[in-house]
Amino acid sequence: MLKQTEGSKAVAEAIALCRPEVICAYPISPQTHIVEALGEMVKSGNLTPCEFINVESEFAAMSVAIGASAAGARAYTATASQGLLFMAEAVYNASGLGLPIVMTVANRAIGAPINIWNDHSDSLSQRDSGWMQLFAETNQEALDLHIQAFRLAEELSMPIMVCMDGFILTHAFERVDMPTQQQVDDYLPPFEPRQVLDPAEPVSIGAMVGPEAFMEVRYLAHAKQMQALELIPQLAAEFKETFGRDSGGLVRSYCIEDAETVIIAMGSILGTIKDVVDEMREAGHKIGVLGIISYRPFPLEQVRAALLGCKRFLVLEKSLAVGMGGIVATDVRMAVSGSGLKGFTAVAGLGGRPIPKSSLHTLFRQAEKEDLPPVTFLDLDWDAVNKQLEREKTTRRSGPAAENILHDKGIVSAKFG
Amino acid sequence: MGFQAVKFYQTGTFTVGNRLLAPDERSLQSVETRSNSINSGHRACQGCGEALGARYAIDAAMAESNNQLIAANATGCLEVFSTPYPESSWQVPWIHSLFGNAAAVATGIAAAMKVKGRPEVRVVAQGGDGGTTDIGFGCLSGMFERNDDVLYICYDNEGYMNTGVQRSSATPPAARTATTMPVGPEPGNVFGQGKNVPEIAMAHGIPYVATATVADLRDLEYKVRKAMKMHGARYIHIFVPCPLGWGTASHDTIRMARMAKESGTFPVFEAEYGEVTGVLKIRHKIPVEEYMKPQRRFAHLFGKNAHPETVARIQAIADRNIRKYGLLEDEGN
Repeated sequence: MLKQTEGSKAVAEAIALCRPEVICAYPISPQTHIVEALGEMVKSGNLTPCEFINVESEFAAMSVAIGASAAGARAYTATASQGLLFMAEAVYNASGLGLPIVMTVANRAIGAPINIWNDHSDSLSQRDSGWMQLFAETNQEALDLHIQAFRLAEELSMPIMVCMDGFILTHAFERVDMPTQQQVDDYLPPFEPRQVLDPAEPVSIGAMVGPEAFMEVRYLAHAKQMQALELIPQLAAEFKETFGRDSGGLVRSYCIEDAETVIIAMGSILGTIKDVVDEMREAGHKIGVLGIISYRPFPLEQVRAALLGCKRFLVLEKSLAVGMGGIVATDVRMAVSGSGLKGFTAVAGLGGRPIPKSSLHTLFRQAEKEDLPPVTFLDLDWDAVNKQLEREKTTRRSGPAAENILHDKGIVSAKFG
Repeated sequence: MGFQAVKFYQTGTFTVGNRLLAPDERSLQSVETRSNSINSGHRACQGCGEALGARYAIDAAMAESNNQLIAANATGCLEVFSTPYPESSWQVPWIHSLFGNAAAVATGIAAAMKVKGRPEVRVVAQGGDGGTTDIGFGCLSGMFERNDDVLYICYDNEGYMNTGVQRSSATPPAARTATTMPVGPEPGNVFGQGKNVPEIAMAHGIPYVATATVADLRDLEYKVRKAMKMHGARYIHIFVPCPLGWGTASHDTIRMARMAKESGTFPVFEAEYGEVTGVLKIRHKIPVEEYMKPQRRFAHLFGKNAHPETVARIQAIADRNIRKYGLLEDEGN
């Protein structure tokens, strides 16, 4: 059914259609609307049987999900930013135990300085946790990916983060096509756990494992993700059969057949990038886009295949490997290693910094001319940075950097553009 | 010295003479119906109080739940000595997740059982004092305030024994640990710190809170069974001496637990909805010195460079416990 709704509400409705049995809720912007909506559904009796638990922290949220999942219940939670970091120990534990928990990450920057706006630093910080990570481009895709995520998680007995850009998607009102309960039931069978805590058949889960088997258990997590590389396209194809639309998969390309320059990105920024590419195409530029939906597992082969026809690529990412450069760019370079392709990285949109079309036009034209440093910081205010660096050089007690920069800019409230 | 009536069933060591009790009140070590939830062959130290406490607690919980029990375990000695895979000692469905989240994992299990329509399956969470009073305290308090249907059992040996005897918020004042060494003008753990988790649990107003020791296994079993008859959040704090961490003889574990109770150092009581409903009286009051002297963790307080004033401060704490909980029969007479 078509409806106009907020991204968070759409995701909450999709989660409800997946018949979750235990939902753990802890408020953190910008995911809060999702668990609020689910809480109301449970309390009103519209989502049953389901236990909705208001926990005392994100660490507890993931821990309750671990207990519920190990006891055979379909478990769900949502978080972002500091919350994801606060639960990090339990995030690794859930995947180490092989529990198919689904979690929405409403991507948000990590402080300090504290910042509630969107970038991808949070979920990318959990890159090696053993969780799969799928990135939604639109609210429709966010909704659809959650339905696929339960299926994928439970088939592999591994947890998944469905990542959607905080505020840009979570708080945006858009038209979505909400599936029916019957469609979701046809696609997603009831949870049949591989391991379960049951007095009828006692097992020990989470036992101490020494050097004799630890590597094998860790390797299995990797093997599961390699299986996911096969499964994700299959599930997307099946999804299309049931729901009648393309959603998910490993990567999605746009205008790359004859493209000499390919822009690579994840999440909602792909929409803006495609608009810029359309405009540049009209002006005769041979430019295309490759969207990465599955960040973990990383589809090395598909990325390589998509890029081999081009001459150069630019990875535009909302994340920064401090002291190194790009995070996604490193993986892309690995995918095309030995190909001789020229690659550039642009770090953009950190902490919600807008990524306007005008900046992208300039950036993409520079990329075409290969007139870029290896790492570009899009729209960075160099004056502000240099002023602070100078201050630190001349004054020992130079003060808190963030406050200095804000003072220099004379910005009291957030003002963009 | 006050008069103390000698009860006919007491023996020289003040244990309860089992054979003199009515059959239904007897505690049986070995009986066919005992679940032996923690089977033999685990790797606990000789004389481990925690292994003994857990064996009695979990078997009692199994008996009361008609063997329909799931256990969540915090990281710690109990987890490590019971599960070097594939040699799990656990005969119950058992999960270990992390050091600080046993209470929350148990909440998740209880929620799963509720949603699956299996009210007969009961849930126990357990951890040491570090996993309970320190790192797991947030999750524990959350489980309490939500009144989740979980019995949490803390095995308190007053320190981080698994990592090599460091101080926890349950370590008593003056005790030597690897992080409170007996050096400087005030050797050992400092006074005026620490956390009384049974009282904090009571402050949550949960249905049941109790303390117990491995010296009174019948009392321990009674409290676990009573807790299992109830629903909502319940907390039992079991005092379990640690020969390795305390520097006591392996065969003295029960004696140390008894002396902790008899000196007033560890008050044994139970409480419902935040109010104390019963205490286990001291039968033969002893000075704290008698309890402390056999423990090498207090050795720096005695002998050549004795600290009698420190012992007196610890005695004052025990006396306060005795007054506060009314631990003496003739208190007030």
